[in-house]
Amino acid sequence: MKSHTILLNINGEKRSVIVRSGDTLLYVIREKLGLTGAKPGCLNGDCGACTVNVEGWPMKSCLMLAVEANGKKVITIEGLENTPIQQAFVENFAFQCGYCTPGFIMNCHSLIERHPDAENPLIKEWLESNICRCTGYAEIEKAVKSVLRKNQSRE
Amino acid sequence: MLPFDFDYFKPATLKEAVDLYRDLDQRGKKPMFFSGGTELITLGRIALAYTEAVINIKDLPECKVMHVSNDQLLLGSTLTLTKIEEANLFPLLTKIASEVADHTARGKITLGGNICARIFYREAVLPFLLADSKVLIVGPEGKKMVPINEVFKEQLQLKKGEFLVQVATETRFIGAPFIGIKRRQQWDTGYPLITIAALKLGRELRVAISGLCPFPFRSKELEASLNSDKPVVSRIDEALSKLPTPILEDVEGSANYRLFVLRNLLSDIISAFGKS
Amino acid sequence: MEVIGKSVIRKEALDKVTGRARYTHDYHTVPMLSAKMVISPYGHAKIVKIDTTEAWKIDGVRAILAGKEYPLTGEAIRDRPPIAFDKVRYHGETVALVVADTPVQAKMAADLIKVQYELLPVVNSPSQAFEKRAPLVHENLGKYKKEEDSHPVPDTNIATHIKIRKGNLDRGWAEAETVVEANYSFSPSDHAAMETRCATAEILPDGNIIITTSSQAPFMAKRLIADYFDEDMGKIIVHTPLVGGAYGGKAAVQLEVLAYLASKAVGGKKVEVFNTREEDMITSPCHIGLDAKVKIGADYSGKIKAMEIRFLWDGGAYSDKAIDLTRAGAVDCTGPYNVPNVWCDSYCMYTNHPYAAPFRGFSHSELSFVIERTLDLLAQKLKMDPLELRYLNAIKPGNTTPTRVRLNKSNVGNLQKCIERVRDLMKWDEGSLKEINERTVRVKGVSCSWKTSTIDPNAPSGVILTFNRDGSINLFSGVIEIGTGTKTILAQLLAERLKMDVDKIHVRMEVDTQTTPEHWKTVASRGTFMAGRALLEAAEDVIRQLKDIASTVLRAPIEDLVVAKGRVYLRDDPTIGIDIKDICYGYQYPNGNSIGGQIIGRGSYILRHLTHMDPETGAGKPGPEWTVAAYGVEIEFDKRDFTYRLLKACTVVDIGRVLNEKAALGQVMGAMSMGIAFAGRETFYFDELGRVLNPQLRTYRPLRYGENPEYLVEFVETPQLDGPYGARGVGEHGLMGMPAALGNALSIAANVSLHHLPLIPELIWKTKEAQK
Repeated sequence: MKSHTILLNINGEKRSVIVRSGDTLLYVIREKLGLTGAKPGCLNGDCGACTVNVEGWPMKSCLMLAVEANGKKVITIEGLENTPIQQAFVENFAFQCGYCTPGFIMNCHSLIERHPDAENPLIKEWLESNICRCTGYAEIEKAVKSVLRKNQSRE
Repeated sequence: MLPFDFDYFKPATLKEAVDLYRDLDQRGKKPMFFSGGTELITLGRIALAYTEAVINIKDLPECKVMHVSNDQLLLGSTLTLTKIEEANLFPLLTKIASEVADHTARGKITLGGNICARIFYREAVLPFLLADSKVLIVGPEGKKMVPINEVFKEQLQLKKGEFLVQVATETRFIGAPFIGIKRRQQWDTGYPLITIAALKLGRELRVAISGLCPFPFRSKELEASLNSDKPVVSRIDEALSKLPTPILEDVEGSANYRLFVLRNLLSDIISAFGKS
Repeated sequence: MEVIGKSVIRKEALDKVTGRARYTHDYHTVPMLSAKMVISPYGHAKIVKIDTTEAWKIDGVRAILAGKEYPLTGEAIRDRPPIAFDKVRYHGETVALVVADTPVQAKMAADLIKVQYELLPVVNSPSQAFEKRAPLVHENLGKYKKEEDSHPVPDTNIATHIKIRKGNLDRGWAEAETVVEANYSFSPSDHAAMETRCATAEILPDGNIIITTSSQAPFMAKRLIADYFDEDMGKIIVHTPLVGGAYGGKAAVQLEVLAYLASKAVGGKKVEVFNTREEDMITSPCHIGLDAKVKIGADYSGKIKAMEIRFLWDGGAYSDKAIDLTRAGAVDCTGPYNVPNVWCDSYCMYTNHPYAAPFRGFSHSELSFVIERTLDLLAQKLKMDPLELRYLNAIKPGNTTPTRVRLNKSNVGNLQKCIERVRDLMKWDEGSLKEINERTVRVKGVSCSWKTSTIDPNAPSGVILTFNRDGSINLFSGVIEIGTGTKTILAQLLAERLKMDVDKIHVRMEVDTQTTPEHWKTVASRGTFMAGRALLEAAEDVIRQLKDIASTVLRAPIEDLVVAKGRVYLRDDPTIGIDIKDICYGYQYPNGNSIGGQIIGRGSYILRHLTHMDPETGAGKPGPEWTVAAYGVEIEFDKRDFTYRLLKACTVVDIGRVLNEKAALGQVMGAMSMGIAFAGRETFYFDELGRVLNPQLRTYRPLRYGENPEYLVEFVETPQLDGPYGARGVGEHGLMGMPAALGNALSIAANVSLHHLPLIPELIWKTKEAQK
């Protein structure tokens, strides 16, 4: 079985797709599903530009074989619509070239969902997973904290 | 994207996994057990790993256990480091595991994958070496439960077709005072220059080290020196004379610098435990 | 002023947070073929044999390019075979290119190509390259085609030699009571843009060559490919969509050539070459390294009298842009100080390292490290406050630069004011060293920099404006959106000039060389300056045309008309006027008669009065204006372990005029972060075979979230009269002083003089050990 038909629940849609065993999830969502928001930055799990959300957790989609994602719920940047973190990135100028942005936002989004009360050490632990080469991280910090603060004041 | 084709299997039981391996091996498929799979993916893409058959053991029920029973903690080999970190059932393990790679990657890297990794840091093994844990290994000859300090010599000594299922740790080690420090070439991210884990059991100090040699280790000789009655400086001098070889000399740091760092780390650990 | 200075949100912001923003590789489609490289595993070796037999057996392989002599490429000197021929000169050099139906097939085949090498002696540093009997990287240096102002020395490894001879050095030394001298070195490193380089090429049956590339220089790609391969320039159409970070690294033309050759080899079919991270780091050009020697003399009061400098730049295996980097380093060699007597020899050296592209700051962060560390040594010897020493010698209007350009208030900003602001922000007067406990100290270091942009004297920039029928405007400029937000700033400038809503300005993000007016290259912090000037001229052109037609319709003299808020109206009675939407496509009288026509605005800009440099003395005007800046870094240092944490980093830059505040702050902070990473961690590690040992982001480590310091950024605004609304270039300047400021802080903290990068704890430990 060198190729497989897998079923992905991606951004709320069920999509069936034929993949090679050796295809990464990143390759499949970009090349087979046309979702090019997740970016290839290193294909080695180092930079985080390809981060998506799998079953509620951030996942470097270059580190996952597509066959592993069979039957799983996957959210890519295209699956977020007008979320607070996206708005916060825009308002705080939290990107320049924008290439790391989908991955960063997916990681921030997962963090906010899982830990709405996250404080500095936890934010740092999570966000260390992604590289942004353009900003000096100050704006990203502002963006993610602005959303967390809003969450916390609402509770 | 891996530049070679392979068959992909997802057995439902330990036995099925073991049988599959034997069968595929006999057919010359160079089979490989796979849990997090990050090494196959990252080394395979640059031609440093190859297989024609992957056996995914990630969802085998025995490999996913995580519970405290009576006086021991059982951790399945395919738990991700993030899961282990969030559950925080073994604080020293949490501390050491939480500095491996990065948070997102740890959501894919598994305990067994890290302990059996080819990349030689294998930091997650350090706490188990200190806690005299036992490992459950399954293979063609069935299951066996073995003290980790007997089967982990630089790496886990698995025979062909065997894989790690669980690690069992007595709770008395889990509550003991501990220190875990990861020192890097610079700042807070990157491979270890040295990762050191220490456990204090009564008056006995135990240490295990990764990043100093091309394998993680715990050394009885080194611990004996550290636990002697001599002045601290002599104890450390003696301990440093009993290190395994070779000491790493690579882009993370020179051998001499690593020894300088280790000396200070040992001194910090002795003084921290001295105070407590 | 309604729009200038405001933090207007980037025009492409929504696309970037929703995943809709598309970069070159995002256009990868199924009928496209993929090319994969085989790269050299060695620094210097003869290619004995290339065996492609096994590779051809892979399904889907369409072409294999290897072992063939193609025309030589390279900007200043044609010294680079696009695919290695006869020998390899650096680790990572392209040796073969496989074209196949899918990327997997191409990679499988590439892995099966067997290349047999015979090792050659490796030139592993520019100092070694400079030695008399060093092995030669290029045996035929004298025979290469070259630009007039490149000065290679045949039978050596010198690709060019730039001389600065200003004043009289003997007199300078005679007047100097205190002299310091020091050597510095650091290895090449990388830009590490998050988007790895990517290029596609297709040759249509009609001969049109369509290239898409993640580049800062699509117009240069067009020119060079036409020139290298004798193609018709007008038939080459280069597209550049959004670019995922560049920092100078995408100013070099490299992958485009491979994509073109690959497409040609498969009958013109569309082929993509997409760098892996490893290829992007070592195969494509990198950040230059440097070995330097500097001697500075000052009189008893601290006034600098003389500087003697030797730069040996590590240009790597091919000279490409390293020649220009070598020149730029010489032009501003003294740093931002008034030095009457200067002697500088700047050599571009060939080595067996990856070759250099421009890197944000274009030689200036590198030369600043050398000069500013030495200034701290001078201050120490003079027993003078290092900030005071810099203030005293700061370059001012009336002074001349090393190439003897006389400065005025407009063409150089106010460095002393920047220094004073840094003094305040860093609380410098509270002392540069504070004991926290017996092991920990808090330490501050400072530095300054300046930079002019040594671009081609005739480099063009153009802007075209067209209207939509609702009166909104389409803006076309050849500036690439690499992350700097320049196109949004152009929209702001236009909104300001036409007094209109910035949301009514539609910016074309993608550039194609057929329909977009040329902007030379999106480099050197020239985007806002040059395209801004072109934009303002285009805006004037539009205003003139609008008034022209409005004056007929309104029956009023042109001089009495004002253009604002989407209307043209009478100066003294705004109620009398006409909407722009009713005249931008001509005006139609009620009976159907029409006048005027579609309004198209055009503007262009070319820098004034630039000259080539005198080959013997360096005299000349190589750049239009200087941006000056002062910096500070504060760290917490562990005196036992030699480890440290970054607390604060400060940059005060004379920006001329802030056009978009948050965007400007972002540019400066981002550059600082990059400078800190270059200073503190990033470098290539080479082995004795010239191999880069860390070509991955897990071993080559940019700064990560939380490792960054707190940023303190301020702007001084001394208008540059030629700049749009007085603005100066600012994209690079946050970076330039960081290595020196950090080096100065650490040298004070550890009480040792640090002369190498990166400033890792082991370096400090080693330097301390050597002192024992």
